[in-house]
Amino acid sequence: MRYAETGVNLEIDLSRGNIEKEGTDPRLTELHLGGLGTNAKILWDRVPPEVEPFSPDNLLIFSAGLLAGTPAPGANRTIVSTFSPQTLLMAYSMMGGFWAPELKHAGYDKVIISGRSPSLVYLWINNDKVEIRDASHLQGKGSLETAELIRQELKEPKAQVATIGLAGENRVYFASIEQGKSSASRGGIGAVMGDKRLKAIAVRGKKDVNIARPAELFELCNEVLKYIQYRAENPIKGVPPVIAGLGSPQEMAIHDEEWHTTNFAWGNARYRRKDFWTEEVEKKWTEALENARERFISCYNCPMKCGGTINYPGLPTYMMKCYSKLTYTMAAMSDLDFGLRIAQRATEYGVDAFSTPQVMAFALELYEAGILTEQDMPGMPSDTEGRFFWLLDRIVRREGIGDVLANGTYWAAQHIGKGAEEYAHNNIKKHEQLPLKLGMLNPIYYLMYCTGEKANITQIEGQFPQAPFPTREEREEFVKDWVQVPDEKFKQYFLDWDPRGERSNPYYPTIEASCEIVDWQETMHYIDDATGICAGLSSFPLKPPYHIHNLPRVISSATGMDIDEAGLWEIAKRNRTLLRAINVRRGLRRKDEKPPEDHWKKRFPEFEAKLLDEYYKFKGWNNEGIPTKETLHELGLDYVSEDLERRETLKNEKSQGNKVRPGTKRDSKK
Amino acid sequence: MKKVKLIKIDVDKCNGCRACEVICSAFHASPKYSSTNPERSRIRLFFDPLKDIYVPVLAGEYTEAECNGRYTYTINEKRYDECSFCRASCPSRKLFKDPDSGLPLKCDMCEEEPPLPEPLCVQWCLSDALTYEEREEEEEGKEEEKQGEMEIGLESLVKKYGVKAVTDTVTRLAKG
Repeated sequence: MRYAETGVNLEIDLSRGNIEKEGTDPRLTELHLGGLGTNAKILWDRVPPEVEPFSPDNLLIFSAGLLAGTPAPGANRTIVSTFSPQTLLMAYSMMGGFWAPELKHAGYDKVIISGRSPSLVYLWINNDKVEIRDASHLQGKGSLETAELIRQELKEPKAQVATIGLAGENRVYFASIEQGKSSASRGGIGAVMGDKRLKAIAVRGKKDVNIARPAELFELCNEVLKYIQYRAENPIKGVPPVIAGLGSPQEMAIHDEEWHTTNFAWGNARYRRKDFWTEEVEKKWTEALENARERFISCYNCPMKCGGTINYPGLPTYMMKCYSKLTYTMAAMSDLDFGLRIAQRATEYGVDAFSTPQVMAFALELYEAGILTEQDMPGMPSDTEGRFFWLLDRIVRREGIGDVLANGTYWAAQHIGKGAEEYAHNNIKKHEQLPLKLGMLNPIYYLMYCTGEKANITQIEGQFPQAPFPTREEREEFVKDWVQVPDEKFKQYFLDWDPRGERSNPYYPTIEASCEIVDWQETMHYIDDATGICAGLSSFPLKPPYHIHNLPRVISSATGMDIDEAGLWEIAKRNRTLLRAINVRRGLRRKDEKPPEDHWKKRFPEFEAKLLDEYYKFKGWNNEGIPTKETLHELGLDYVSEDLERRETLKNEKSQGNKVRPGTKRDSKK
Repeated sequence: MKKVKLIKIDVDKCNGCRACEVICSAFHASPKYSSTNPERSRIRLFFDPLKDIYVPVLAGEYTEAECNGRYTYTINEKRYDECSFCRASCPSRKLFKDPDSGLPLKCDMCEEEPPLPEPLCVQWCLSDALTYEEREEEEEGKEEEKQGEMEIGLESLVKKYGVKAVTDTVTRLAKG
């Protein structure tokens, strides 16, 4: 019997309409756990680097995390992996909600989609019965609307539905996959789903998920729940309220937005408004949220309430979580009321709430600068809020200038030319980032920005405070009950980290310490992305209930594998290195590994080069960021080095990654 | 004195996480906690997030026959589906039946030795949508009351059918 996992993947070939159930090799679980780890293995094995994201040969993999469906609190994540039309690298995005546990109970760990359907379809997974169904009547429907229609049509109110909106259908490069309040938004994976002409996957499951060592896991779960309660009563002192607790930043509950509104940049990631937050604003925003938010809501088997049902008068109800509350608001230099209104439409369209507002703010800057003109924007309203709605409508339909903007700021700038490239200034690896513009270089964040395979900072960071605490006393207080550190030395790094003076950024934490801190942060994320435990209870917040000391026992008791801390660390390293290899094979090199040019005012080119040199060495990569043969060998990835070696001989034949992509409005005649 | 065990449900506090379903199914698995499956849970959440409907329902008695007719409730402009608040395992729906055997499921308040301080669904509900209470209740004149009820029933039958018909029927039933 298989424990925690089902041992079965669904293989769906949409070109031929073929459905297969494939038993999986338990050895792969031992090597990669599941979720992102096994997704990466499949993508390495089955999608050669020549395959374009919009190709029937590209795979789109929906995977339940290894522990999804077990009693482990917060183990509910779906990890979606494919190749991104925007970065041309591997894209992986996760969603919480209810979909992954339902898939497990239906009897599957993954749904692997290949090919391309001749017409729009959806997939209906009802335990053993799996069908590809016509979705022509769902064309153009919003994401929540589609999920509702499918549940009605199937007469299955308990079916969980992951779906794209209009943006995904039209292959917008920042289209998301939506599922209730949750979404897998980054990297344009919704566009790949649209390219495959797959509107939705509905799933319903009634089977058991088995646990190997039940009593032990139950005990561990109770400890986790107890610690969650303890943390609710003991928020971290000395950090902004939105990140003092567990979960994703508690945007639905907390009204004090001084930190975001004064530290993050407004517009096209341009302006800091240090005096923005006033009592008057706080009162207005509090009212706006209180009037619209109907209820705090959670994902499957998780006590955190990171989401909210938003019932804005006169608009259909939708659900929201986290920072999407402010991304539209701040990009449009508007207020929360506007943010809540436009997020409703954006959710139905199915677009990423990080990239989308920035693309629109970028377009308006180009317009103000005269690079885009009246001719590009015929009939655009005169007010910024109206313009945002107008642009959003055009982007998701790929109408006029929307067809260019739908490829994101990097590709749009390449297409527009006339200096537009200067305005696409907040990207990493062609992917729009959080609008943060700061002063002094932070060596830890420098490394994470440069080298993170996801090109998305919020899903790499965590565990270690973002900034030093002002006084030694406060730091001593913080480290007192910091049980999550893998090693006592991390406490010392934090204790010695001063806001100013000798032991401050950029030279402290030292290069060596920075490498270790980044490695710890990243490792915890790679574990979560394989187990499907939400980062909000694990890798993201300070002092989380899951950490390197209890996760091996949680995983072992659920699965029956015997994994200790060193073993778990090694699996995470294997997965991390495999992802790197996948991207290296697609052309990723050191030159691509840089933060947005203007992320920090104070930069130190020589020191930064040294940081990267040392970090690469620390990771066992060569100076181009390519894993060495020895590293791959230690991780049991000889097949990877063989493949890389073979391809290195061909390396000048085809350069990947910087050609201008054509507009991708679909030819309707095809 | 008898002990009354009470789970109090506050639908306004429910956050829809279904931890109650997860842990109920795990507790009732054999061996204990060896599997999860909300379909086997003796507590189910009726929920429809877009309509803001969140109703945890605990499995009650099995019934052979369904009700005559159905009903819905509308509370504060929210319309609840047919039978939303009903706890019965009944022929009109699939709810509260074991997915393999079809046998009815019923909440047992997580009975075990030594007793748990609270049923597990309550323990795992950190939102306090489910809370637990125990109290002692007088068992006043239970026996007599029952006889009284029977007497009232028989009296009405006698009035309707006459003493002889009732006596004959009772005798026949006693023989059968």
